[in-house]
This record gives sequence, C-alpha cells and structure tokens, in this order.
Amino acid sequence: MGIEVNGLAIETDDDGYLVNLEDWSKDVADKLAAAEDIDMEEEHWSVVNFLRDYYDDYQIAPAVKVLTKAIAKERGLDKKAASEFLYGLFPSGPALQACKIAGLPKPTGCV
Amino acid sequence: MSDAKGAGSNGSGNGRFLNPTPMLDELESGPWPSFVTGLKELAERTKKPMLRGVMDQLEYSYQTRMGYWKGGLVTVKGYGAGIITRYSMIRDKLPEASEFHTMRIQAPPGLHYKTDTLRELCDIWEKHGTGLIALHGQTGDIMLQGIEADKVQECFDELNQNGWDLGGAGAGMRTGVSCAGPARCEQACYDTLEMHEKVMKHFVGAVHRPEWNYKFKLKFSGCPNDCTNSIMRSDIAVIGMWKDSIQMDADEVDAWVEKNGMEKLVNEVVNLCPTRAISLKDGGIEIDNGNCVHCMHCLNVMPKALSPGKERGVALLMGGKSTLKVGFNAGSMIVPFKKMESEEDIEEFIDLADEIIDWWDDNGLDHERLGETIERVGMKQFLDGVGLEPSIDMVTKPRDNPYFKTKY
Repeated sequence: MGIEVNGLAIETDDDGYLVNLEDWSKDVADKLAAAEDIDMEEEHWSVVNFLRDYYDDYQIAPAVKVLTKAIAKERGLDKKAASEFLYGLFPSGPALQACKIAGLPKPTGCV
Repeated sequence: MSDAKGAGSNGSGNGRFLNPTPMLDELESGPWPSFVTGLKELAERTKKPMLRGVMDQLEYSYQTRMGYWKGGLVTVKGYGAGIITRYSMIRDKLPEASEFHTMRIQAPPGLHYKTDTLRELCDIWEKHGTGLIALHGQTGDIMLQGIEADKVQECFDELNQNGWDLGGAGAGMRTGVSCAGPARCEQACYDTLEMHEKVMKHFVGAVHRPEWNYKFKLKFSGCPNDCTNSIMRSDIAVIGMWKDSIQMDADEVDAWVEKNGMEKLVNEVVNLCPTRAISLKDGGIEIDNGNCVHCMHCLNVMPKALSPGKERGVALLMGGKSTLKVGFNAGSMIVPFKKMESEEDIEEFIDLADEIIDWWDDNGLDHERLGETIERVGMKQFLDGVGLEPSIDMVTKPRDNPYFKTKY
C-alpha cells in the first residue's frame, strides 16, 4: 500500500502506517489525517508535535498515560478531561490515530 | 510450510461443509462435552467460511504445535478498547480465517438477561459475525468471537442501539462483575446489582479509554462465598459482610437435625469450622461469633437455620490478581466493614476507588497491578497515599487458612 504526496510515492503498511519514518512531513501528515477523516487543526498539531518530540527523545511512542498527563498539564485540565479532549481530536484513540499521523511506528499491545 | 492433511482444501472433501479435522475430533472422544462439537454444529448450520477456516487453522496448529494468531489494531469510533484483534499469520495458506476478532460486550449486573434480549444479541451477532459466543469469559464479558475488521463498526452500532456496550481491555478499567446478589440469593449482604451498575457508570470513560499502568478490576460479591472470585481476581474486591452475630432460627436448627441427624451436624458442620467456633448445645449448636472468620460453611450447609447477621455491609479487599509477575495474590483486607445501603455509601466507595486509582496511576510502574505496587512500595505508603487510617482490623494476609477444609 502507499500514498502519494507532492508527486512522491510513499510506502505504508496494511494499517496505513509509514514504512519509513523519515518519509514524514507536514504534507504527509495532512494526507494521513485525511485518510482518517481528520481535519488537522492547531490542537491536532500540538499533539502530533508532542508525539514526534517524544519519539525523537526516547525512540519510542509515549504510553497513553504519559500523553494524557502531558496534555493535562499543558492545558490545565484534569486527567479525565484530558482523555476526553484527546479522544475528541482523535476518535479512534490517540495511540492509534495520532501516532499514525505523527508518522510513528505502529503501537503494540492489546488495545 | 508442509501441506498438512486436512488443511486448506476449502471444503471440497466428501461433499461436507467442513474439512476433515482428525486431531480436533480426538477432543470429542473424552467424557466431557467438547468445544469442537459446538464449533462443528455452528459451522454446519450457518455455513460461515470463517468458522471452517478457524477449525482448519486449529487443526494445523495441533499438527505443527504452533499458534498462528497475532494481534493488531481495531477499534470503533471514540473507543480505545473493547475489540480483541486476531489476524492470521498464515492467511495465504488458510485465507478463510485471515481475521477472527473478538468483541467484548459488557454483561448486565448479576448476569440477568431477558430471553428476548439474548435472542436479539444472537441475531445481531450472526448477521455481522460468526455467531460464536462465549458466555462468559474470565473478564466477565460476553465474548463475541469471529468478525472481520471492516464489519466491527456496523456491528457495534447495531448492538449499541439495542443497549449493549463494549467491555474493557488493555490498561484501563475492566468490565465489572457481580454475583446474582439479592435478586436470587438469600446470603447477599448488600445490593451487588445496584452497586455494580452505579460504580461502572462512574468508570465508563476509563473502560473505553485505557490509559493507566495496567488493568484494574472491580468485582462485587454479595457474601464471603465470593461467587465472582473477586478476592483472587480483582484489584478491589467488594465482598458482602456482616458485623454482628450469625442469625440462628432454633426451630429450623431442630428441623435440620431431625432430617439429617446428629452425626451429620457434628461431622459436616461443627468439625469443619476452621476456627472451631461452633459447639453443641441442647441438641443444637452454639456459635462463638467473636471467633467466626465468615467462611460461610455452616450457613451454606444450613441455609434455613443460619443466615448472615443483621448489621450488613461490605468488606473491601485490595491487591488481588491472577498470574504474571509476582504471581497469584489474594487481596488484603483494607476496609473490614463499611455500610452499603444508600446512594451516599456508593458515592463514598467511588471516591475511595478514585483516590486509590489516582495513587496507583501516579506511583505504579508500567504493567504493574495495584497489589504489586503495594508490595513494592509498602503497605504504609499505600495507606498514607490514599488517606486511610491504619487499623488493627486490617489484615495483610491471614495467619491461618480461613477457609473451611473438606475432603474431596
């Protein structure tokens, strides 16, 4: 499978995740988001940028718990409200959808 | 991959729908009912290729002594959990079972269904999925087994419109479980059904959006018989409890002895009391309630003569869990008695559970259950952290086996 962005063919896996993480760009993110029916707004970008920064630092996607706490702190929300905020932005779940749009590898585990 | 006999021939053998599965057939030869028989009947009736593929794949697994399922990512909109994904690693060889996902559906409190809601559930499930149902998994869910990823959303939508909801999975609150409670059991010391419903409604977000260290389970048993096995399987076990003396109906004791004889009273009631709290008196029995450990044995044997005391409520045992990491743990008695009669009592429980989960979420490590966190950082730190006063009535672990002993 694959997507085409600015005339370049970019390879994705069966679930739509980037095969080569260095293929990521803002345009690629927009394209990936469109495939998920998500219109990228400023709030979406802040989550995606957080994920990418975290991945740069630790070479792993953050646990949802870590992401939720970071968002809660950044926006002055409690954890429950932060969780609802995240699922409002990414209805299929921040772990699945936000990571995909941020060009991170597919999360593993039983969720 | 060798071309094992019986696998992957798409039902062309013998004019039957199913392929030969000689190794699975062996499971039907024992004295007990086999899941193989059920699978065959369902597959022959529904003619669903996915079921045939699953049987072929299981047969192939038995032949090669390997499992061929792997996980993946499937959810419905707004939910982060509830679908257990199974993709085949040998879909080229056995394409009929290339996907076989499970939908966890929350069961009602005490597992009380109306027959027409069950029929409705079966019809919806057979329309979108295989029709294969496990009632109930160890998680307490209705397990709808066998659906393709692209049919999950439509199936969920129809189930949801009929009042069903997905259960928990992953690192979040799991589906609640309660026993039959006062609806069908005379031993219930509180309303397990109401408490189950109210508490799980509070935690509904945490069920669908897992984001803690690991799973967290709540189970509600009406009495210390603990029919939901909460003490071994839940992070907070809510077990019905009485504070005063066991109620005794002297006439019913006489009637019991009349019917069953003194020998049985001595051998099966008095002698089996784990703390020797029962003695013979005036042709009947006397109970030393101060030494009773609420094992329930005498109440179970003489249900008309003996019943739980009048001052009823719950005991909360925390940190129970099944296998993995430090292994099986029974919960520790943290709250020996709490009234559970009003909405406020349930609210208080919810506040405490929130406090405990917050503490555990902040202090626990990844993949650490509540009991493991308590064991690692210490009981004192736990009690301080959640604001519970230590008391002499709390029991980390009993000194002696509190269960009645019997010969099997």
